[in-house]
Amino acid sequence: MDLDIVLQLADSSVRLATPLLLACLAGLYSERSGVFDIGLEGKMLIAAFFAAATAAVTGSAWVGLAAGLAASLVFSMLHAVASITFRGNQLISGVAINFLAVGMTALLGHTWFRQGGQTPQLVGDARFHAIELPGAARLADVPVIGPVYAEVISGHSILVYIAFLAVPLTWWVLYRTRFGLRLRAVGENPAAVDTAGISVPLLRYQALVITGILCGIAGAYLSTSMNAGFVREMTAGKGFIALAALIFAKWRPWPALFATLLFGLLEAIGIRFQNVELGGIGTIPVQFMQALPYILTVVILAGFVGKAIPPRAGGEPYVKEE
Amino acid sequence: MSAEVTRAPGIESGEARAAPPPALRLVGISKSFGPVQANRDIHLEVEKGTIHGIVGENGAGKSTLMSIIYGYYQADAGEIEVHGRKVEIRSPQDAIAAGIGMVFQHFKLVENFTVLENIVLGVEGGALLGPALRRARRMLVELARDYELAVDPDAVIETLSVGLQQRVEILKALYRHADILILDEPTGVLTPAEADHLFRILRSLRDEGKTIILITHKLREIMEVTDRVSVMRQGEIVATRETAATSPEELAELMVGRKVLLRVEKPPARPGDRVLEVRDLCLRDEKGVERLKNISFDLREGEILAIAGVAGNGQSELLEVLSGIRAARGEVRLGSEPLDVARPDARLAREMGLAHIPEDRQRRGLVMEFHGWENTPFGYHHEPRFDRGWGLMDQKEMKRDAAGKFERFDIRPANPDLEARSFSGGNQQKIVVAREIEHNPDVLIVGQPTRGVDIGAIEFIHRQLIELRDAGCAILLVSVELDEVLSLGDRILVMFDGRIMGERRPEETDERELGLLMAGVDPGAPEAGTATGAEGREG
Repeated sequence: MDLDIVLQLADSSVRLATPLLLACLAGLYSERSGVFDIGLEGKMLIAAFFAAATAAVTGSAWVGLAAGLAASLVFSMLHAVASITFRGNQLISGVAINFLAVGMTALLGHTWFRQGGQTPQLVGDARFHAIELPGAARLADVPVIGPVYAEVISGHSILVYIAFLAVPLTWWVLYRTRFGLRLRAVGENPAAVDTAGISVPLLRYQALVITGILCGIAGAYLSTSMNAGFVREMTAGKGFIALAALIFAKWRPWPALFATLLFGLLEAIGIRFQNVELGGIGTIPVQFMQALPYILTVVILAGFVGKAIPPRAGGEPYVKEE
Repeated sequence: MSAEVTRAPGIESGEARAAPPPALRLVGISKSFGPVQANRDIHLEVEKGTIHGIVGENGAGKSTLMSIIYGYYQADAGEIEVHGRKVEIRSPQDAIAAGIGMVFQHFKLVENFTVLENIVLGVEGGALLGPALRRARRMLVELARDYELAVDPDAVIETLSVGLQQRVEILKALYRHADILILDEPTGVLTPAEADHLFRILRSLRDEGKTIILITHKLREIMEVTDRVSVMRQGEIVATRETAATSPEELAELMVGRKVLLRVEKPPARPGDRVLEVRDLCLRDEKGVERLKNISFDLREGEILAIAGVAGNGQSELLEVLSGIRAARGEVRLGSEPLDVARPDARLAREMGLAHIPEDRQRRGLVMEFHGWENTPFGYHHEPRFDRGWGLMDQKEMKRDAAGKFERFDIRPANPDLEARSFSGGNQQKIVVAREIEHNPDVLIVGQPTRGVDIGAIEFIHRQLIELRDAGCAILLVSVELDEVLSLGDRILVMFDGRIMGERRPEETDERELGLLMAGVDPGAPEAGTATGAEGREG
């Protein structure tokens, strides 16, 4: 395999990993606070739709991003009200959000744009475009480092850089700030947080606001950066893959980066090598290659990668004991 | 604020001029949970610089009252004054601000956090963690020096012993400048030596001018460490005494409302044939930790073999293996039949004459949502008398059976139609005891029979066990309560770290020796050595 193919694979891994990474970090905040969130998928989807629809109408990707964030936040707060305030079942609330997003985007898309649920093709400033990092062109001729910098690191949209910067930021927040300490504590033992004089619901609401924001960016990235418009059910299970990556990463930010990059790589391989010839045996069908990330998801969720211990209070509404 | 101003002249002109105001004063505190009145018109004064005990049976309302002081619950009515100043406590934050700290019975620690992280949680003093952790580390060194409260600041909580975890809870309170420290049943999980250490710490805190409120149901502790004691019964404070001027008998009577026998009257055992033989029982759990290490003992008919030990030293696993819930390696013979411990079968064990009163009645002994009469046949539900054919159960017979048990065991309210959860702890336990005892087992395995049970019911259950023994049943009793082990056991085994540390006879040992064994220390040469030692001291 020559360097070009490796670089191309790395480049598209980064692109494909970006929405997974954002969703994974979104889930990290929520689940670290003790609220399970299987509605990442739905929040990404609704954000993708509103970002594309708004960008199509206004012609501005930034306005689209704002709309996507707002939509995702609304859905995240739905989940918060159901599972924090009313102490409902967090899985059911998440499932409801996923269904609501699928139905709502299809219905609104069809009603507004009459293109079978798609939004119009986004052109010009309605999309986030690739950014050339300084010096990319000049360094391109330096062996190894140059092409890596120019091909893999440079040349992505602003949202990709936001996603990757969110990793050290999340690490810093989680382990170096007061909010992070409380967030980790509330997902492990909310009674300890409560008796320390901190509001458990407030803390969890704050976490879910961050989850909403990150899912919003992930959705907007899908429809206004990676693609040029919204397509029905375009998240295609990415929210669930992100959850698998989160478990794989044991709810930690840096491992989350590597887990999502692994999924991104598998997806990139699936796209790059559509029909792999195996000497003498035949070809591996394209469907198998494309199924790779999903197969890895199942393997991870089945617990083949070692024991992952979720935050201990995860999934349990907090009620003071008597 | 206005309350403070209006009070001030009163204090100066009144008789309280000389004495400082009490550290804590409760005026007319009431609290109910639905129909249950947990606290009724509580008036209490706790002097500054004293250790004030609060005793009462389970459900007397002690913990509720303390949770109200700590702002974990809101009182329906009443006022709280701290050092003569009226305070509104709506949340733990308010209580902390008023200088009140609390060590809960079930610790409120984040298990996978370090000691330092737990201590600063909620009082970080800034958005960043670094300065808070550094401050806490310095403070820990000082506190460790002043009060014998040494603990590794970087240790992760779940790796610490229960005694050390409790120390972290105390440090947490002191770090928040607690001036009034409330401890809820602090010794329940401690070895006697750890409890003694705790009491030393409490005394030195008191001598520094701190005020301690100690909640317990153990009268011995009250007598040992408190200056003054208040007794609660059914949500009310029924008496407050100077500890030096009262006795355990008087306190017990105040707690229950009638005379109680603290000692169990027990004729000597007349052991018969061996009915349970346990040889080299070993158990490794899912994590690969050895929970049972070569446990061997015999149990004869007509005797009570008591197993003492701090919770978590293999007793639970032993109960589970013997009652056929959990697999292990080793040999067990029940009567003349071997019991295959590698393939546990709870039903087979019961059919062979073994009954089991589980440690955790709410999870293992009862289905809390089921009626009383649905709970009484459990484990024996397949017997022909409950069978109406076609796989149906004879509900009439079940109800008749339950009604009889409720009457004979004085279970109150005497209504088997109620759900198990609506009975008090003592009455729930009586349901389980009635079910198991009435089947006249050859061997009865009992775990913590009186945990969370009121004194009246303890007396009753103890009497039942002794009657059963005298009728020839062999009883294996596991208990963390040393009093219970010493008063019921005919022989005592002490478990530590999955092993049997030694066997003692109750008349030849004392709490100190058992306490050492429970902590894994064998106090010199067994039996002979200690016996002469004790004689030497007395003579």
